[in-house]
Amino acid sequence: MFAALLRRDLLLAWRSRADVLVSLTFFIIVACLFPFGVGSDKELLIRIGPGVLWVAALLSVLLSLNRLFAQDYADGTLEQWLLSDTPAPLWVAAKILAHWISTGLPLVLISPLLAVLYELPAEWLPTLAVSLLLGTPILALLGAVGAALTLGVRAGGVLIALLVLPLFVPVLIFGAGAVQAVADGTGATPWLLLLGAGDLAALSLAPLACAAALRLAVESG
Amino acid sequence: MMLEARNLACMKGERLLFRNLNLHIQAGGLLRVLGPNGAGKTSLLRILCSLAVPEAGQVLWNGQDIHARAGREIFAPAVLYLGHAPMINGLLTPLENLQLLCAADAQPADADICAAALRAMGLEAALALPCRVLSAGQRRRVALARLHASRAACGQNALARPLWVLDEPFTALDVASVEQLAQTITAHCAAGGMAIFVSHQEAPFGLPAQTLTLGGTA
Repeated sequence: MFAALLRRDLLLAWRSRADVLVSLTFFIIVACLFPFGVGSDKELLIRIGPGVLWVAALLSVLLSLNRLFAQDYADGTLEQWLLSDTPAPLWVAAKILAHWISTGLPLVLISPLLAVLYELPAEWLPTLAVSLLLGTPILALLGAVGAALTLGVRAGGVLIALLVLPLFVPVLIFGAGAVQAVADGTGATPWLLLLGAGDLAALSLAPLACAAALRLAVESG
Repeated sequence: MMLEARNLACMKGERLLFRNLNLHIQAGGLLRVLGPNGAGKTSLLRILCSLAVPEAGQVLWNGQDIHARAGREIFAPAVLYLGHAPMINGLLTPLENLQLLCAADAQPADADICAAALRAMGLEAALALPCRVLSAGQRRRVALARLHASRAACGQNALARPLWVLDEPFTALDVASVEQLAQTITAHCAAGGMAIFVSHQEAPFGLPAQTLTLGGTA
């Protein structure tokens, strides 16, 4: 069941790849806007680069969140999953994983290219990519709870932002902090470990919360 | 095997749809829910299959409350619900959609069984098309093929999902498909299953159906 749903959602992501490209393109454009705004001062760009890339990634994840459950809710598939004998947190986790593979992973892969735009030194790039690799799953997991809670609500898209952006703050601090730590020469390991801990915490709690929120949405819908 | 509802009441917003509703259906039973639009038929069906919580009253499956956690775990594998919503993703083919619905039923989602069920519903030519290009009636048939697949997958043991809860299953179907669906439901009940359905039109059932009429006031 986990595998069946994972395969199905990846297949859907592939067939609607225009939607997937939208959030990736958004990430690229936001990251490109900052140098236009703040000018070409090389030292300034290097200083703000990691933070800007992280904020852009975070907004891009946010943009894709309302797609996570909306279609399945609208066409009644979600009800069928809730009636199935597979525990809800399990298939919720499959959906979130598929969502992360189709939206979070491309961000991780393209981030070193964008870092060049800010002339970040090459030795920072692995840390930037690893911090995003560890951080974006937390964003997807927390965001999924927000998406489930705002399902069927009018103006749900704005509400998701209000709900989850405050929760994204620690991830942003640890993620951008990791790259900054490399810059300062103090070592990124503690920051990355904190992100890893965040992954485990979110993975153990978010699917449960998400499943409960989905049940609420269906019961009141 | 028995589904029983005691003193059900349902509120939608501020409006009371029904109250003190009792019903009772046993193996082999067929129940038709009637009533004008807005009388609460869909709400009742959603309550009966544990997707919605009643304002008051209980639904018991073999004596266990299906809205309690323990009861739901026993009940969930026993019910097959076909709602108003098509349950079909437009980007997937009928076969992919059906296999996934069967996976939700925890049935072996065998491609052959699913393809045979779709052929039985007359969708031979549409097997490889994305569902978004199908007509409303064809999409409906994809969803209904699940009933075929459910019967075919469990073979002799036709009671894998004994309780069918069908919300207007005949909508958008042509005459031949209505006849065929009625036969499928009759066969299911004859094998010891039970079915609750909403329908505004008379269908040619081989079995006598109880009727429950909701809301004269709506």
